[in-house]
Amino acid sequence: MKWDWSAVSEFMPHFWDGLLVTLQALALGSVIAFTLGLVWTLLMRTPTRWVRWPVGVLTEFVRNTPLLVQLFFLFYVLPEWGLTFSALTTGVFAIGLHYSTYTMQVYRAGIEAVPAGQWEAATALSLPARRTWAVVILPQALRRVVPPLGNYVISMLKDTPILMSITVLEMLGQARLFSQQHFQFTEPVTVIGVAFIVISYLASLLLRTLERRLVR
Amino acid sequence: MSVETSKQNDDQPATTGTTSPELIRLEGITKRFGDNTVLDGLDLSVQAGRHVTLIGPSGSGKTTILRLLMTLTEPDTGTITVDGQRLFPASEKELRDVRKQIGMVFQQFNLFPNMTVLRNITEAPTTVLGLSKDEAEARARELLDLVGLADKADARPTKLSGGQQQRVAIARALAMRPKVLLLDEVTSALDPELVAGVLDLLRDIARTTDITMLCVTHEMNFARDISDQVLMFDSGRIIEAGPPERIFSDPEQERTREFLSAVL
Repeated sequence: MKWDWSAVSEFMPHFWDGLLVTLQALALGSVIAFTLGLVWTLLMRTPTRWVRWPVGVLTEFVRNTPLLVQLFFLFYVLPEWGLTFSALTTGVFAIGLHYSTYTMQVYRAGIEAVPAGQWEAATALSLPARRTWAVVILPQALRRVVPPLGNYVISMLKDTPILMSITVLEMLGQARLFSQQHFQFTEPVTVIGVAFIVISYLASLLLRTLERRLVR
Repeated sequence: MSVETSKQNDDQPATTGTTSPELIRLEGITKRFGDNTVLDGLDLSVQAGRHVTLIGPSGSGKTTILRLLMTLTEPDTGTITVDGQRLFPASEKELRDVRKQIGMVFQQFNLFPNMTVLRNITEAPTTVLGLSKDEAEARARELLDLVGLADKADARPTKLSGGQQQRVAIARALAMRPKVLLLDEVTSALDPELVAGVLDLLRDIARTTDITMLCVTHEMNFARDISDQVLMFDSGRIIEAGPPERIFSDPEQERTREFLSAVL
């Protein structure tokens, strides 16, 4: 096996394309996972069983089935019912939905960690429920959930290559395409491996800064 | 036993005379937590403007009375009325209207750590009473002045001492201009040297306002100073009630005597 720098430089344009797609999927997937997870958590706290029950079943189902299966379902089965989205859109949504069932547990723990005295003080001041959530409970809960949510972002990053299976050309997809065309595997796969480490590392640095800022 | 907080001696200020209307009434209140009966068929009536102190051993149900009035917990049986409005059952709107008239100060302060001191005080007046930001801030600054923390308006509560936090909590409760102020062991979590400042502030408030006060405390000198009526609790019942001069110097019940000799 011989390392070939010219293969690296030939791969680089494809690498940048793949990197862009990976980062897009990660950013949009995170946004979906964070918002949808919060929505699930709040719905699970409604007094109506007819809301809690379906949400509970749906999220348990999604959490306990493989992401790859969900991806195939959304990409190959939904079109048969007339719902067609681009591969990237489908992939972003699948990752976001899958991880939302984890982030909802993080939010729940964050909300439960807000001391009962905060709820009581809000009641004693006759703050309406919505206002209590918006200005008392969630701001305190969100501060606690940043570290675990950040860890899920890094997990999500490591799951993005799975999008290759539905034809999304993220980093691994680009590397595989290049390898198949040039019969050179070592260089492209090494490049994206390094890229994953660098992105994870930068993300964890960012996360630590954010944590330090929030814990005042 | 049934307790009326009407005047029993004549040398009290006329402002809290027997003609004040009844503001709070509890009838046949029972509250259990599991096998533990915290309140056992309790009756209590408080007239507007009275300062009532609840004393007695821990677990005797004093705090539960305050929590019931603040609608933080519900009774198993019995009825509670505040200013003519029945609680439990009541609609959410009716409950909110009652809560608006009642302020509560907690043992652990329960300030909102994510807000500045000023915002802690202005939040409810703006969102609940509909005051403008300027009005609410003016009111808050006046109250901060009263509690001696005018310079801490922009501080975070966590940067303050326990005594300062509790004074902010008192200001926060007063900003709603409540008819009733519930004080739940407000000095129990404080370092000893900070207790006097908070109690002096409450003495001032008791003297200069006509707010009805229900106060759970272990500070017997304070209770003697501010109360019109002292209620001695034991095992979920009021076993003795009367003006502080009598309860503290000449209690009728053996149990009260024991309790007082243990804490005084």
